[in-house]
Amino acid sequence: MRQELTLGPVLYHWSPEELLDFYARIADEAPVGTVYLGEVICSKRSPFFDRHVPAVIERLQRAGKTVVLSSLAEVVLKREREMMRDLCAMTEPEIEINNAAGLFSIGGRAHRVGPMMNVYNEQTMARLAAGGATHFSLPVEMPGPVVGRMAEAADRLGKAVEVQVFGRASLAVSARCYHARAHRRTKDSCQFVCADDPDGMPLTTVTGQPFLTVNGIQTQSHSYVNLADEMDEMRGMKVTHFRLSPQRVDMVAVADIFAERLAGRITGDEAAAQLDALKLPAPFSNGFWHGREGGRQFGPRAA
Amino acid sequence: MKRPELVCPAGTPASLRTAVDAGADAVYCGFQNATNARNFPGLNFTQRELSVAVEYAHNAGAKVLLAVNTFPTAGRFDLWREAIDLGAALEVDAFIVADIGVAAYAAEKWPERRLHLSVQAAASSPEAIGYYAREFGVKRVVLPRILTVPEIRALADAIPCEIETFVFGNHGLMVEGRCSLTNYATGISTNMDGVCSPAADVHYDRADDGSITTRLGTHTIDRFAAGELAGYPTICKGRYLTPARGEPYYAFEEPVSLNLAALLPDLIAVGVDAFKIEGRQRSRAYVKSVVEAFRTAIDSVLAGEPPQLADLVSLTEGQKQTEGAFKTKKWR
Repeated sequence: MRQELTLGPVLYHWSPEELLDFYARIADEAPVGTVYLGEVICSKRSPFFDRHVPAVIERLQRAGKTVVLSSLAEVVLKREREMMRDLCAMTEPEIEINNAAGLFSIGGRAHRVGPMMNVYNEQTMARLAAGGATHFSLPVEMPGPVVGRMAEAADRLGKAVEVQVFGRASLAVSARCYHARAHRRTKDSCQFVCADDPDGMPLTTVTGQPFLTVNGIQTQSHSYVNLADEMDEMRGMKVTHFRLSPQRVDMVAVADIFAERLAGRITGDEAAAQLDALKLPAPFSNGFWHGREGGRQFGPRAA
Repeated sequence: MKRPELVCPAGTPASLRTAVDAGADAVYCGFQNATNARNFPGLNFTQRELSVAVEYAHNAGAKVLLAVNTFPTAGRFDLWREAIDLGAALEVDAFIVADIGVAAYAAEKWPERRLHLSVQAAASSPEAIGYYAREFGVKRVVLPRILTVPEIRALADAIPCEIETFVFGNHGLMVEGRCSLTNYATGISTNMDGVCSPAADVHYDRADDGSITTRLGTHTIDRFAAGELAGYPTICKGRYLTPARGEPYYAFEEPVSLNLAALLPDLIAVGVDAFKIEGRQRSRAYVKSVVEAFRTAIDSVLAGEPPQLADLVSLTEGQKQTEGAFKTKKWR
């Protein structure tokens, strides 16, 4: 069974120049098999990078990467519905659907199902597979034993299963923009203030605990999910793809560590030591995998 | 003018009878387990209780809608399947579902029974709603609390099923069915376990100066000065710090309740088929007051009179109310 690393879509509002540099470096240096592209969080951000997308796809494909276009997570407004319809009409590259609106438009054609969709059981998976789904990115809160059952089910159906192993967890989305709200603006008058926080806007509790991260309409964890230690278990479970969710850190270095780990050339301990050496700006968590508080770290490096 | 249904919460058999007696056209309830999104201790129905409740409601001409609206994880699907089968055997009028697998099961096994799409499915476009209507024959969608009245009008014209909107109660901020905040702090999942802010993880820490700090698990949600009413610690209603603000602020929303009583004429005019009151966790007295007030208000609108609105502010959280997204998109 083929097992590979993927790079999830950039969830933050990075400038076109930053994104072009980022993807050029990913194309040249990052040992990931698949790269997901596209705006998942806010339809207002899309126009900034849209015109560069064909060139970035070409660049990544030339470097041997599989490219997948990710859809919006929220589809309410006319322009969002049109974006989803246009995406679903594409035949190449592959697409990842993150909202049920896409399931209406896809018409049985092959597609991937993203982590913002609720695929928690074999019955849902089978139903979506019958409608053309080939690949399932599981919800970030899914406990390990459930992932194991889902990977078994996918294997029987001949489908792929992906688990996020690095980066902040998406905890919620809303119709309201919390970035705009923090700056006393509304979503319509936001002036793209989210661009000032390329790794998200921190929310700290009134007693000083780092807690959550705001990214426009999305609420993320403060901690970075890190399942490097759990990857041996996942490989045994027939998980086929391992997602790194981009943070504003050296993602090539992160990908190198996870690639070594996936290949079995370093242990979980060694991966942890190498990740620690990157001096990342947030602590790690693996609680969701262990069926516990998502924000906590369990196992040998428990906080 | 279409006569919309008033859909009322029933957390217990006593609340169900109260809601029916107060004029509910339909009540919604769930079993005592993870198959519904209000899986709280002391709430919900046993098989026997539901059987009696259905009979009571049907004798009064009211419908019973069974919420089976959480997301079964692989390996636990049987519990949801049993809830559906039991509901059908007890002759509930409709299932309220969110999970695609559960919807598929109910549609195949009980094709004559109505399916309603729970707000937990977060279907907020004609396409998303159209998917569930096409695939599972969903007859009604419970809309997320994120749309303006003109947007609901446009939606009503574009979808093949009925629309139910919330009109009173908790003002959900996050897209329902997509929120793992509680799980991040407590290890209990809203989607998988049917619990938001579980009471067992709630703490009120009183300091010597009389101030109260509220926590969910180990995380502080808010702090209240002596004498201030300490709200229940729900993550999306808490106060936090961020560099853009000097003081703690409600990062997501103030602790307010939704109250759309004043918008009832507009909502009826745009074709809403059912109005939902949130609050299966609320007391009988609460259910009685709110259901009676909305019964009176809806009937007065239908009679062509100015809506008579009882003062419901005393029942709302933090004594404040909002029309949220329904009134203006500036809310976003």
